[in-house]
Amino acid sequence: MSFEIIKRDTNIDFVGMRKYAYVLSAVLLLAGFLSLLVKGGPQYGIDFAGGFNVQVKFSQSVELDKIRMALDSPALTGLVVQDFGDAGDHEILLRASFSEQTANQVREAVNTGLESAFPGVTHEIQRLEMVGPKVGADLREKALEAIFYAVLLIATYISGRFEQKWMVAGLMAAGLASVVYVLDFLNAPTSLSVIVATVAALVLCVVLRLKYALGAIVALIHDVMIPLGLFSLLNKDVDLTIIAALLTIVGYSLNDTIIIYDRIRENIRAKVSPSLDVVINKSVNQTMSRTLITAGTTFVAVFSLYVFGGGVIHDFALTMLVGVVAGTYSSVFVGAPILAFFKPRIDVDEHPAPATA
Amino acid sequence: MGSLRWRALLAAFVIFLALIHVLPSIPSVRNSSLGALLPSDEIGLGLDLKGGIHLTLGVDLDAALGNAVTSIGQDLRLEAREKKIPVLRPRLLDSRRLEFTLLKQEQRTELDALLAARFGSMEIISTDNGGNGQLRYVLGVTPEYVKYLQDLTMDQALKTIRNRIDQFGVAEPDIRKQQGNRIIVQLPGLDDPKRAINIIGRTAHLEFKLVDDGADVQAAVAGTVPAESELAYLQDKRGASEVKTPIVLKSEVVLTGEYITDANVQFDSYGQAYVGMNFNARGARIFEEVTGANIKKRLAIVLDGTVHSAPVIQDRIGGGRASITGQFTTEEAHDLAVVLRAGSLPAPVNILEERSVGPSLGQESIDKGIMAASIGGLLVVVFMSIYYRRAGLIAAFEIILDICLILAGLAAFGATLTLPGIAGIILTLGMAVDANVLIYERIREELRRGESVAAAINNGFNRATQTIIDSNVTTIIAAVILYQFGTGPVRGFAVTLTLGILASMFTAIFVSRIFFDSWLARRQPGTQPSI
Repeated sequence: MSFEIIKRDTNIDFVGMRKYAYVLSAVLLLAGFLSLLVKGGPQYGIDFAGGFNVQVKFSQSVELDKIRMALDSPALTGLVVQDFGDAGDHEILLRASFSEQTANQVREAVNTGLESAFPGVTHEIQRLEMVGPKVGADLREKALEAIFYAVLLIATYISGRFEQKWMVAGLMAAGLASVVYVLDFLNAPTSLSVIVATVAALVLCVVLRLKYALGAIVALIHDVMIPLGLFSLLNKDVDLTIIAALLTIVGYSLNDTIIIYDRIRENIRAKVSPSLDVVINKSVNQTMSRTLITAGTTFVAVFSLYVFGGGVIHDFALTMLVGVVAGTYSSVFVGAPILAFFKPRIDVDEHPAPATA
Repeated sequence: MGSLRWRALLAAFVIFLALIHVLPSIPSVRNSSLGALLPSDEIGLGLDLKGGIHLTLGVDLDAALGNAVTSIGQDLRLEAREKKIPVLRPRLLDSRRLEFTLLKQEQRTELDALLAARFGSMEIISTDNGGNGQLRYVLGVTPEYVKYLQDLTMDQALKTIRNRIDQFGVAEPDIRKQQGNRIIVQLPGLDDPKRAINIIGRTAHLEFKLVDDGADVQAAVAGTVPAESELAYLQDKRGASEVKTPIVLKSEVVLTGEYITDANVQFDSYGQAYVGMNFNARGARIFEEVTGANIKKRLAIVLDGTVHSAPVIQDRIGGGRASITGQFTTEEAHDLAVVLRAGSLPAPVNILEERSVGPSLGQESIDKGIMAASIGGLLVVVFMSIYYRRAGLIAAFEIILDICLILAGLAAFGATLTLPGIAGIILTLGMAVDANVLIYERIREELRRGESVAAAINNGFNRATQTIIDSNVTTIIAAVILYQFGTGPVRGFAVTLTLGILASMFTAIFVSRIFFDSWLARRQPGTQPSI
């Protein structure tokens, strides 16, 4: 007898539930989107906005309000003081905006301010980061480019791999690239370019009838937007490591989606049923125990990172945790059912066996 | 079963290779007698784990270009004068354009010939009538020369910074040119970032200028500076506070720091530190001439635009020695001597990005990372062993093997391990079992369908392999893109993630199969696999 999370004859009607799933996703996305809209975009950390991060460790616990008063200095404009890391560590994180001051001036201001306000307490600057506005703008540009290329390459790969439509996939890539080229030519801000490119990708998928790519891209937008929205709601900074986490989620979530797609493709070839809905449901159910186990082990590993990994990696781990849940959910409830978007029945010749298989 | 033996040998060989690359990173092994036999590559730690400073410097290329064009203007005026072609006021319009006036219009062809013969780096943008038979020229730097000069400036800046860091004494600095005008400097294990930054960032442009004692200082402060003179400030320390006194200097630079051969800290009779400099033969001759011709006048020593002292020249100074005084602490004098010895930067350098991590935080991050990895790994291993029993133990063994392979890959490719890199390894712990899970679930499915044990295992592996490859490609695409666009720590993450995926594919598909096949070969007919 083996342990089984999912009984072998489980048959949940995922496609039938898709309306509820869409509503749930829409609510989550909307909440995040509204928060982003109200707050004027994500709250960028210093990597993207420029500024200073100073991590200070005290020999004993110190009140944040007193620190705020102690550090009222022209070198520390727009000061934000918050607890950092585990409670027993007595660590704080300071954030200041950039206004032509040097890192040494900031270091000086923090040291003298804290020394005079807390005579009996020793402190140590454990980390000091300064990102100038130029580097910040560059990094922002790079991060957006990274996300764009990830979407482009993955969409191309999926269309090519799943529908043997390498030509069409290439056409879509070229179409997207030229959209971006034109935007670049018109000097559009990169954030706008990415939004337009994403919409263009969706439209191209619909027009070119690339349904697997469409499902993957929708799931992907879903999985990136949910952690971003959550970060906006929690007023957390979006930094380089968060972008790294988001891209990893993209990889992870597509991993999930593709495994289900693989099974759908296999079941279509095996002519399990003429109804795409039935095929999708069967495939999702067949892969369900794998989906849950992998999500579980990944979640456990990342949760351990979240709890024990320390303050520096905390937000990264949080993004991954949210992403693993969102990614798993979207593969099952969004990515798979969306395949039925075009037409519910399967054409006989739609999926010729590839020569290599 | 020949193929099974070969596969087992290959797997053993890979594990052996991994071990000899991983072991040197463990200090107790490295220092033992075994350590001497192993390759010497250790896993490099990123600055976020080791502690240290990361700097992104921006070289002000426009300033360098402006300086070059200014001195071209001076040369032009001198050479033209030698050829009896009077030329007035070469003036910088912006860093790339020079304006001057030719006094006699009829000398135009002569001047144009001189420009073509001697000043190929400039081209005539426009000439127009300045009245009174004068001709106004605007010259621009040719794009080739701009490129040449920018490359030269970057190379010089890089060399100077490298010199300074070497003289300052940092182990294993990493200094490299980036695209555009940027230079990246990584200084591992440095505990005084403030001092290092002062040394690296200082232009250290040393000039000697005569003081214009005839000028009215008050008027100069108010804005009327005499022609060929300039306003500067004499910096002086009175106790803790700094005092700046206005002073008017002649604009002409009589001597610069480029003739310095050596600089070091010295102490006067009161124990006050100052910096003594030696000039080379040419510098010594100029210094002797200047001091001889200006006895009883004051000579200002200007460092990066600030006057450090302006002593009265008592006598002609031979021997090529000079000193900079000014209430330095010993440390400040030492650092100033370092930058003077290493040479000045060809252009001002701005710090665009600075990230410093103290060694204690680095160690803390390592400890916490290992803690998180151990607990996460343990939980996954326990779960797999319970859920898939013997097959789960194989997966557990492979997780440990994956970590070995990732670390070996890092050591072998000389990649650095960063904190996000550790996160990548932990993530791999969770994701690595995916390949095993896919295979095992497939085998279970095939068994349920009533396939024979051998056929179920065979089909399970074959069908799952395609899916595993398909699905991992997307994560690898994401990782490659992260590597392309990311900076240090994020790159570390991309590397461990990629290595982790490759390792888990190798172990789950190739190594697991060896276990299953050898079990199949030995099994009593009728026994079911423990999965």
